[in-house]
Amino acid sequence: MRRFVISQAKNLIDQTRRCRQPHHHSNLRLLSLLRSPASDSTPVYSPRLFSSSASDMSDSSSSLPVTLDSINPKVLKCEYAVRGEIVSIAQRLQDDLKTNKDAYPFDEIIYCNIGNPQSLGQQPITFFREVLALCSHTALLDESATHGLFSSDSIDRAWKILDQIPGKATGAYSHSQGIKGLRDAIAAGIEARDGFPADPNDIFMTDGASPGVHMMMQLLISSEKDGILCPIPQYPLYSASIALHGGSLVPYYLDEASGWGLEISELKKQLEDAKSKGITVRALAVINPGNPTGQVLSEENQRDVVDFCKKEGLVLLADEVYQENVYVPDKKFHSFKKVARSMGYGEKDISLVSFQSISKGYYGECGKRGGYMEVTGFTSDVREQIYKVASVNLCSNISGQILASLVMSPPKPGDDSYDSYIAEKEGILSSLATRAKTLEEALNKLEGVTCNRAEGAMYLFPCINLPQKAIAAAEAAKTAPDAFYCKRLLNATGIVVVPGSGFRQVPGTWHFRCTILPQEDKIPAIVDRLTEFHKSFMDEFRD
Amino acid sequence: MALEYDLLNENVKKCQYAVRGELYLRASELQKEGKKIIFTNVGNPHALGQKPLTFPRQVVALCQAPFLLDDPNVGMLFPADAIARAKHYLSLTSGGLGAYSDSRGLPGVRKEVAEFIQRRDGYPSDPELIFLTDGASKGVMQILNCVIRGEGDGILVPVPQYPLYSATISLLGGSLVPYYLDESENWGLDVNNLRQSVAQARSQGISVRAMVIINPGNPTGQCLSEANLKEILRFCYNEKLVLLGDEVYQQNIYQDERPFISSKKVLMDMGLPFSKEVQLVAFHTVSKGYWGECGQRGGYFEMTNIPPKVVEEIYKVASIALSPNVSAQIFMGLMVSPPKPGDISYDQFARESKGILESLRRRAKIMTDGFNSCKNVVCNFTEGAMYSFPQIRLPTGALQAAKQAGKVPDVFYCLKLLEATGISTVPGSGFGQKEGVFHLRTTILPAEEEMPEIMDSFKKFNDEFMTQYDNGFGYSRM
Repeated sequence: MRRFVISQAKNLIDQTRRCRQPHHHSNLRLLSLLRSPASDSTPVYSPRLFSSSASDMSDSSSSLPVTLDSINPKVLKCEYAVRGEIVSIAQRLQDDLKTNKDAYPFDEIIYCNIGNPQSLGQQPITFFREVLALCSHTALLDESATHGLFSSDSIDRAWKILDQIPGKATGAYSHSQGIKGLRDAIAAGIEARDGFPADPNDIFMTDGASPGVHMMMQLLISSEKDGILCPIPQYPLYSASIALHGGSLVPYYLDEASGWGLEISELKKQLEDAKSKGITVRALAVINPGNPTGQVLSEENQRDVVDFCKKEGLVLLADEVYQENVYVPDKKFHSFKKVARSMGYGEKDISLVSFQSISKGYYGECGKRGGYMEVTGFTSDVREQIYKVASVNLCSNISGQILASLVMSPPKPGDDSYDSYIAEKEGILSSLATRAKTLEEALNKLEGVTCNRAEGAMYLFPCINLPQKAIAAAEAAKTAPDAFYCKRLLNATGIVVVPGSGFRQVPGTWHFRCTILPQEDKIPAIVDRLTEFHKSFMDEFRD
Repeated sequence: MALEYDLLNENVKKCQYAVRGELYLRASELQKEGKKIIFTNVGNPHALGQKPLTFPRQVVALCQAPFLLDDPNVGMLFPADAIARAKHYLSLTSGGLGAYSDSRGLPGVRKEVAEFIQRRDGYPSDPELIFLTDGASKGVMQILNCVIRGEGDGILVPVPQYPLYSATISLLGGSLVPYYLDESENWGLDVNNLRQSVAQARSQGISVRAMVIINPGNPTGQCLSEANLKEILRFCYNEKLVLLGDEVYQQNIYQDERPFISSKKVLMDMGLPFSKEVQLVAFHTVSKGYWGECGQRGGYFEMTNIPPKVVEEIYKVASIALSPNVSAQIFMGLMVSPPKPGDISYDQFARESKGILESLRRRAKIMTDGFNSCKNVVCNFTEGAMYSFPQIRLPTGALQAAKQAGKVPDVFYCLKLLEATGISTVPGSGFGQKEGVFHLRTTILPAEEEMPEIMDSFKKFNDEFMTQYDNGFGYSRM
């Protein structure tokens, strides 16, 4: 199955290269002798000269043009632990559980590795899905029976949306930035949220927030001399995207002791360090609320970040996909756009890209793939380039676009669906807050484990003080210590989490990321099993 | 200013995508000013009045709002087979449309795609080697990203080509190695042209790694014969190229001499050693055919003879994007396993599909004939796909006027056409063409009732243009 250990992949490449090279070179020379240059006649050579076994599908077969040692090395370099090795093992266990129930001390796999709420029982918001259904099959709007099955405001909203789509054609490619009317609704939503105007022409709708991040990396990175400042720990989309585009990740460490605080002094230090290595830092990525760390930045902190970017000439990449997931009364989400504008900074002062998604919040519509980036503070020739890159893929999926506009302009007091909408929304958010607290408390009770509270987002990122014996055992198993712990956890309990090394962490510290998403009725069992496992793990490895 | 134009990734600046480039932007401007524009710049059937097929929309609507399935009155609005199919697809998901699926796509849908391929070709297909993507374009980008290591890597691309390929190769920093299709042979593919292109590239130190075929062709519409496909596969075998088979128009065939045959079928028919050694990635979509569901962003690619470890790496990169959108995956499932005779919705589905395909066939002819009736315009028949690609023989006077206006000649012509008639096309230079030969691409998608008027409008403009610029000094040549 898949292996995500870079060194092992590299070894394989080195091995096959060593085997292949002398053979390869001599045959090339032979080839050039046999072929007559610039002639139209059939070249006289046999390709068998340098092919190894024809039916051997191993990667040392140099007869095939696309093999592990000849693909783009940036592909080999990039990693994405959220769906990495642990998950592959879990899937194998899950398959095996179907036929071999008795072989395991648990009877189901619980995926706590990925922020995928609806896969764990969270229900979509009814109003949103009503609108989507009506837009999917517009003939429904002509049927009288529809009024019996759909709320009246969902019907109104569907009409309104369809009127904004040329020809009411939801199956047509839209404008490459997304349907104008929907961008208008999103801009209005941004303005209502922030108190500062937003321009629909600054909005680029994408299939989830991730493609937007990729687009910006593509724009900003020309070579490994271009660096992007990323928080450590970070959501590994950033490290993977930077690797795929051939740039350099410049880490800045969040401070676990102060609730994963972001220190400007650390930003400055890392920036200088990068400069001294010949790296030009082009952007600063901030995830707020944080992933995997869950902290919500204070406004003061955000102002310092904005000033830092302005002063150093960095593009601020603000990943704000968890903006509606804040669980603590003493913190509030403020968009970086709002902060910058309230500092008096406008288009000419700071280059800012703000990312939002429909995958998170209380809507959790991961599978729909919807999101946008709001791009401000760029000259028009740069914006044209962003548009051009967006146009190559034509447009993002329309259903996702519609959902993004609904998320940014949901039912209002007085609307027919308002009460049920609010009940659903608050039900989900308060449940998330409860689960965040329950799991955090349970983790903090474990021996050698400390866990910062999840102020926002969807994750807990506890720090495990692994005993030396465990670290040694991990080394013997050629696994990172936190991955060793996570594998043991999986095999004992069926609970799937992601090792901290997938997000990076201060060297010598170990973490894992666990989502807060399993339904409330499953949480007690999860807590019990986790607690029991941890105790027996520590019993086994305690120094 | 943090991000200045000069500091941008050069590859981004180099890449061009004419389909939504200068002409389209100008057309959009004119539309805002109130001019009636007929957008024939992109293969976007629903934007020009083609109706979505009813059955898939019913199924997906039910999947969007599964609570409808619990309503006792749901049968008043939805036929029983749509209800059953919605339940089937929902059962394949792990939480409905709102949950990320497997990064390769829902296993159940990939199984249906494999079954479709097997029925179509007569050879087994492995769902594990089928990846669903947000549109075929994303799949093409993923595979090219795997193959291109740097500018030393060349990709053979037909000229004229659909500019996704040139744009993506630019973005990825690779080299485009053109092979010219022969307009005088109905855009046929001559293997000697391929050999020449490869030899030339290699003499420049480029390692040619892959070959793209678009079958049926875009913008050219030609359908490759079985013999042609065999030649191509043999060529790839000899030259060690991975073949990228863009087969998104496989449902759009407007003549009977050359029905669609998939690259995979021909490869398997050729037997050993080819069937086990030629590497092939074939692409398909829900955007074209008679479905035309462009806005859903649904596609897949099937890999043949790609080593397992490379498949793992492609899977790894796919996982960074988490998953393709689930609604489109269901559209894909429906497309590869449509209603069958005996199903409640079958008659309507068959009628709708047939209606669209027959109309497209008629429109392909109307357009070809219409262009051929114009002065200095020669147009090959649209054998397949969705486009017409007439050659416009521009008089020297027009070439001079274009130069003075600072425009490439076919851009000049197309802008004038747009301003005079509202017809928004894409200049041939956006697709590549032989030096000094000019074309434009239009789609055959405008409504059949509107076609005669559109062709008249075009003819009037063209013939006046030709008269205006005809100063007797000769024409751009074939």
